[in-house]
Amino acid sequence: MLDYTPKEYSKREALSINPAKTCQPVGAMYAALGVNKCLPHSHGSQGCCSFHRMFLTRNFRDPIMASTSSFTEGSAVFGGGSNLKTSIKNVFSIYNPDILAVHTTCLSETIGDDMNSLISGTQIPDGKIVIHANTPSYQGSHITGFSNMVKGFIKYLAANTKTPNGKLNVIPGFVNPADMREIKRLLKAMGVPFTMFPDTSGVIDAPMTGKFEMYPAGGTKVDDIKDLGNSEATLALGSFASAEGAYDLEKKCKVPAKILKTPIGVKATDDFLMAVAKLTGKEIPAEIEEERGQVVDIMVDCHYHYHGKKVALFGDPDLLLALTEFTISMGMIPKYVVTGTPGDSFEKEIKAMMEEAGIDGKVKALGDLFTLQQWMKEEPVDLLMGGTHGKYIARAEDVPFVRIGFPILDRSVHSYMPITGYKGALRIIELISNALLDRQERDCADEDLELIM
Amino acid sequence: MNAVDIKQKVSKTLEQYPAAVFKNRKDHVIVKDSEADVQIITANTRTVPGIITNRGCCYAGCKGVVLGPLRDALIITHGPIGCGYYSWGTRRHKGRIDGDEKNYLSYCLSTDLQEGDIVFGGDKKLKQAITEAVEIFHPETIMICSTCPVGLIGDDINADAAWAQKEFGIKVLAFSCEGYKGVSQSGGHHIANNSLIKHVIGTGERAVGKYSLNILGEYNIGGDGWEVERIMKRIGYDIVSVMTGNGTVRDLSNAHLAHLNVVQCHRSINYIGEMMNTKYGHDWIKVNFIGVQSMAKSLRDIAAYFGDKDLIDRTEEVIAEEISEISDAMEYFRNICQGKTAALFVGGSRAHHYQMLLKDIGVETVLAGYEFGHRDDYEGREVIPTIKADGDSKNIESIEVEPDSKYYRVFLSPERVIELKNTINLNDYPGMMKGMSDGSIVIDDLNHYETEEFLKILKPDIFCSGIKDKYISHKAGVFSKQLHSYDYSGPYAGFKGAVNFARDIAMGLTTPSWKLITPPWKKEPMLEGTMAV
Repeated sequence: MLDYTPKEYSKREALSINPAKTCQPVGAMYAALGVNKCLPHSHGSQGCCSFHRMFLTRNFRDPIMASTSSFTEGSAVFGGGSNLKTSIKNVFSIYNPDILAVHTTCLSETIGDDMNSLISGTQIPDGKIVIHANTPSYQGSHITGFSNMVKGFIKYLAANTKTPNGKLNVIPGFVNPADMREIKRLLKAMGVPFTMFPDTSGVIDAPMTGKFEMYPAGGTKVDDIKDLGNSEATLALGSFASAEGAYDLEKKCKVPAKILKTPIGVKATDDFLMAVAKLTGKEIPAEIEEERGQVVDIMVDCHYHYHGKKVALFGDPDLLLALTEFTISMGMIPKYVVTGTPGDSFEKEIKAMMEEAGIDGKVKALGDLFTLQQWMKEEPVDLLMGGTHGKYIARAEDVPFVRIGFPILDRSVHSYMPITGYKGALRIIELISNALLDRQERDCADEDLELIM
Repeated sequence: MNAVDIKQKVSKTLEQYPAAVFKNRKDHVIVKDSEADVQIITANTRTVPGIITNRGCCYAGCKGVVLGPLRDALIITHGPIGCGYYSWGTRRHKGRIDGDEKNYLSYCLSTDLQEGDIVFGGDKKLKQAITEAVEIFHPETIMICSTCPVGLIGDDINADAAWAQKEFGIKVLAFSCEGYKGVSQSGGHHIANNSLIKHVIGTGERAVGKYSLNILGEYNIGGDGWEVERIMKRIGYDIVSVMTGNGTVRDLSNAHLAHLNVVQCHRSINYIGEMMNTKYGHDWIKVNFIGVQSMAKSLRDIAAYFGDKDLIDRTEEVIAEEISEISDAMEYFRNICQGKTAALFVGGSRAHHYQMLLKDIGVETVLAGYEFGHRDDYEGREVIPTIKADGDSKNIESIEVEPDSKYYRVFLSPERVIELKNTINLNDYPGMMKGMSDGSIVIDDLNHYETEEFLKILKPDIFCSGIKDKYISHKAGVFSKQLHSYDYSGPYAGFKGAVNFARDIAMGLTTPSWKLITPPWKKEPMLEGTMAV
């Protein structure tokens, strides 16, 4: 397994090996699925759209619908205008979404299709909407694509009509539907009126009823996206996925933006709830305080399961910024932290956390799993945490592995279980604890196998 | 339902389309009718924009399908990160090391092009990436696969490959398989075939056994190729190369020395079959390793080609032993599956092959279609002269080969050719439609609308398709079996594979959860509550 990864680290300038990111459009497709009766549309050649649908389907084990402009070489040379026009016509008459959310690929971006004028020059049926976001695959990552699509919806739809709605906007970032549910549950418990956008809960964790629904009941309603411009404030959870959308809304509609970490772990969840409380004047109810106390209770009771263990983390930047903080607060040592998404602020923030905790660790943005594995060969860790692709390293280096983040293609149920909020923190502790104890009990001598741990 | 009813329902379904779409789609759908003079299907044409196709692209066909399984070739995807990432480990072409060979299958290499590379060109980065790959991996072969933007910005990957080949003294091949080429994965197959015949096949020298052959178009999904090899080796064949499941460039280089090509996936590899026929004189025969009866027939056909009595006897011996070993299990699962119906929608070959295996367990196929088959895959190779080249596919190079001065051989006398053609598919493939029963639907480039509608009309018990529509089918209450990934099971080929498939189908049909879909409070009248709330 991964037999050709040498221990000696050599600097690479051009070759990416086993990436810790994928390209923009899949993030845009995910964001668009978080809108009610919306069909994502990929303006490029059809391979992208198939790959992105496949990938999300494998992650969520649910139907992922999207259409494509199906470029041929002719359209690649002369522009994809007529492909988009035909697509819009066909999609609305055959599949009848309320809104079509178009994203681009490296193909349409390289040829320079002017999406604004293509869309405004196309006849769109009455009452239907077409929006777009430019998502060039050669910039950033899928997280950038998510952010761009959020911005696209805001650009096209959000408006300040001078009729304040008294609501709080929440952009949850690139998280699972279960996390969106959990964040909504906390807001409801606090009695805060809010709009979450986008919101994939009820769309890609839809129940089995015996009937396929092309547009399930979930997703942020188009009217609510329009109304984002009338809200009191926007909370952007996860700076990489959510900040730019919130800032755009601030610029366009004067809704103040506040950027927070994705609420993973005790401190980030505290910060989230405090921000909500301060913005709205609502109190944090006893039942949530109880949940918080349960997490701290477990952390104190079971610290010896994981305290002092070295962990290597990889995945998307917003997840890692919070997870690094949380694992440090658990007494763990996040030794290596790698995201494939570019961004100087990532390295700076993680470095600062490591320094404050006195950890001699390594961090890399625009890094890949090949580098991570080389680091792990140089100085091993006790635990690896990240998406499914980490399993090859876990096997090669014989390290226990916790699946967290995106994508998780080889286990089920994860998208139904939150990792955000205090409930999510409990689950992360359980995953970490179980992985470490399973390993200990697999490897220890018979006489050392304990009944109670 | 009888054929007339089916025809009416099909027409009604298609008439819902806007006029232009109807005009296009009606020629891609046929209701099989053996009374009709001639039934022509339209296939391998451009996809209707916005229709929600299941198709992929040229890159997927070239890198993902044909080249990807070659475990000793280091493949660098030249493009932004997505294409390489999505084809990393997702197609289950298994590979394992034999001796000092290499296996790079768990690596994903990409030039991860950034905006600056798009603006200023990616050649420099590609050369640097190759240099780094050589330093780290020391491969004998590097393959470069280009993606959409590469063709547009004018990177000269052929020149870069030639440079690297000279610089590092290894084989470096370039594949211009930009996603927008052709209309589907199919163009990518052709591009990969061309380069393999030009640069790989015919460059090796190894002694081959008396009954030697190449297996073409077998990608070892879930270990299929290994099960086929196991059986063939029992009979006594020397398998010179497999194209390309668990394949190596090293093995492929010797392919011209084998005596026969057997073709499993006609769509993806028939080009090599034909070109080897012209260049080296090899005959190819179309086989099907999927299904008990078709596996047995394929083995008999191969033995008949060699015409050697010992080989024929040994073949019968192995078939008898293998079948007796699985017959109890097959019988058990057949009893569960008997009488069910299936709809099949798979890439370019399995929608045909699996009909035989389903028949083995008593399941009837009521609909079958390909994403990217050509007319010959549906109607048989005899229609090839009547297929008109289409503007969208003209950019896929079709190469001409000449008889090789050193290696060209004549394997069969003209009389023997005539004799064999009567009993086996010698240099021929009759296509999928001929074997299907009247009233069954044949459909090309099935889309989401048609999937939903035809599932409602036909109400099959099993929908065999891919990951994108698996859960659509499940949500609608119809068990779906993936025939690309086998739902992470397999092998399904050969005799033991047939049992695995039968077991998985029986399991999917009978898993108790299907009975839980409707909550009890929707099935029975609820008593009025007595608790005051």
